[in-house]
Amino acid sequence: MTEKTRPSAGETAPAGEISPEKRLEIYRLQVLLRQAEQRAYDLFLQNKIKGTSHLSLGQEAVAAGAAAAMRPGDLSFCTYRGHAHTLARGVPVEKVLGELMGRDNGLMRGKGGSMHLTSVEHGVMGSYAIVGAHLPIACGAAWRAQYKGDSDVSVCFFGDGATNIGAFHEALNFAACRKLPVVFVCENNLYMEYTPIAEVTAVKHPGADRAGAYGLERIVIDGNDADIVYLTMSKAFARARAGEGPSLIECLTYRHSGHSRADPAKYRPPGELDKWKERDPVSIYRKRLEAQGVPGATLNAIDAEVRRLVDDATQACEAAPSTSEDILFTDVYADGGCSWRN
Amino acid sequence: MAQLTYREAVARGIAQEMARDENVVLLGEDVAKAGGVFKATVGLFEQFGPKRVLDTPISEQAILGAAMGAAMTGLKPIAEIMFADFLGVCYDYIANEFPKTRYMTNGQVSCPLVVRCGNGGGARFGAQHSQSVENWCMQFPGLKVVSPSSPVDVIGLLAAAVRDPDPVVFLEHKSLYAVKGEVPDGEILDTLGTAKILRPGGDATILALGMMVPRSLQAAEALQERHGISCEVIDVRSLVPLDTQCILGSVARTGRVFTVEENPRQLGWGSELVSIIADEAFYDLDGPAVRITTPNIPLPAADALEDLAIPSVDRIVEMIRRSLTA
Ligand SMILES: Cc1ncc(C[n+]2csc(CCOP(=O)(O)OP(=O)(O)O)c2C)c(N)n1
Ligand SMILES: [Mg+2]
Repeated sequence: MTEKTRPSAGETAPAGEISPEKRLEIYRLQVLLRQAEQRAYDLFLQNKIKGTSHLSLGQEAVAAGAAAAMRPGDLSFCTYRGHAHTLARGVPVEKVLGELMGRDNGLMRGKGGSMHLTSVEHGVMGSYAIVGAHLPIACGAAWRAQYKGDSDVSVCFFGDGATNIGAFHEALNFAACRKLPVVFVCENNLYMEYTPIAEVTAVKHPGADRAGAYGLERIVIDGNDADIVYLTMSKAFARARAGEGPSLIECLTYRHSGHSRADPAKYRPPGELDKWKERDPVSIYRKRLEAQGVPGATLNAIDAEVRRLVDDATQACEAAPSTSEDILFTDVYADGGCSWRN
Repeated sequence: MAQLTYREAVARGIAQEMARDENVVLLGEDVAKAGGVFKATVGLFEQFGPKRVLDTPISEQAILGAAMGAAMTGLKPIAEIMFADFLGVCYDYIANEFPKTRYMTNGQVSCPLVVRCGNGGGARFGAQHSQSVENWCMQFPGLKVVSPSSPVDVIGLLAAAVRDPDPVVFLEHKSLYAVKGEVPDGEILDTLGTAKILRPGGDATILALGMMVPRSLQAAEALQERHGISCEVIDVRSLVPLDTQCILGSVARTGRVFTVEENPRQLGWGSELVSIIADEAFYDLDGPAVRITTPNIPLPAADALEDLAIPSVDRIVEMIRRSLTA
């Protein structure tokens, strides 16, 4: 991270109307994402979660602000770093942790895993582990909405690294020239896996600086400020629903943990993490609410309620049986099985 | 009854399905106003309009990705990837996205779509516009792969592919586009996973696909006339799902089997079929299963060379004759 790309540390709320209820909802969402991800991390350390996993610790404001701006029926397309976006749409913590732990109570009963969280009933149309693959897919869902006259908007979250893959550019051009109701959200956390995005990208803002090439507005926002995310997303949704086409929003943010479970993030310059922790989205938001007169007790009660929820979910997952063998061969084809021959 | 070319059959099949179901849409490069580079979609834009027949940018990932997103949420897209070779630039969708979605999501999401491609050689287009890519597609659990050899099969199998709830790769053979065949009037609907015995015979079974079907029929004719060898010719038509029963039944009757494959030898579609036959019909065989294929080379452009590479009628005749009289 450089000082230049680090957003200014403003504790004042951005301009724009957000109701007190909405603010509490956004606060609660961020606390939920923080605690659930922290719990996922702890469960790794206890070896109760196997495989890999990519946390959004530090990036909660993007998921919370975006989800708070969505309507039921809007569709989310996420990456492997998708726990937060999945939870933010209302998917129960137990289902997510259960999936990470390979339990039968998991969201996909263990058939997808951490990188593929999907819950159609919550509008979470999948988490995609091939960088960039889901941008065109989100376009397709938006094309269906346009074709059928449906009012839902598709939202596609991806990292800074995804902006250098061909599918990003194909999708932006396709969406822009067909005016599709899709919102592209680039979570610029300054790193791909281990390499800083700035070292391998021709422009300073990997998302926003490309927008102009597709006739879109250049939008860079403080992705650690959930209110700004919420307000910017709301505008993009209004534009999409009015038939005015896609938006690309680059959110500046930072992940507090490594890229994935195995990554101690040694490649980051000393002090960088601490600087960003001063801009921790959850504490910023809490301070702002307190400054606006929300009693600390109200916020503490939210924290405690979320803690209970995450604890209960953890307990339920630990008690749940591991995923059952009889689903190994199911749902390869539409007939429910995996047979490819008579 | 009408005489239709294979390419006209493609357009008729698509039109039949678009007229039946307004969720069926067509997208691809040059498919709308120009009627397709192979002229296989002529008239569809005029009949169904720009909302349902889309000219896309040269963005194979966007084409297949958009088809997937639309299919996941309720449309029935038919996506054209002009030359099957170009699946290489959007292979992620073929390999990682379409076929795995239903399984990974524990049945929540499906991708009922069709990817049509101009497949195969014989047109002197060289190594990057001539390949037979069946084996690029048939290795993925969750994907279906079909390749018709006649106009009537084009319509019936295309209709079946569009109505199928799983993703289907539909390989049209470029060198067959001009071939004519009888097509009945009215709706035509075939069944995926069914092979067709096009010529009965008692001495050997020939398994063929696409352009190798007419060549195998000619070879069978010649083998009968010149050598008194009676071959049963099966158009496999559908690699996934596979009509194993039809194939094994024929092998049980004839005791010998030959695959005729346009793909280069390594891991061509016939290798999987031969492996099934070795497993399940070994004691029916009176001699080795023989694969007649393009050798292990990229396809050359020059006509003389391409003709040497792809199995010809003479090569098929010769290999079967030698094998049976050895
Ligand atoms: C096509 C592809 N290439 C490489 C990878 C391996 N990979 C997984 S995540 C990742 C980094 C992506 O960085 P970014 O887009 O910034 O997202 P972030 O992880 O920071 O959220 C890479 C290279 C992949 N999954 N897919
Ligand atoms: Mg990144």
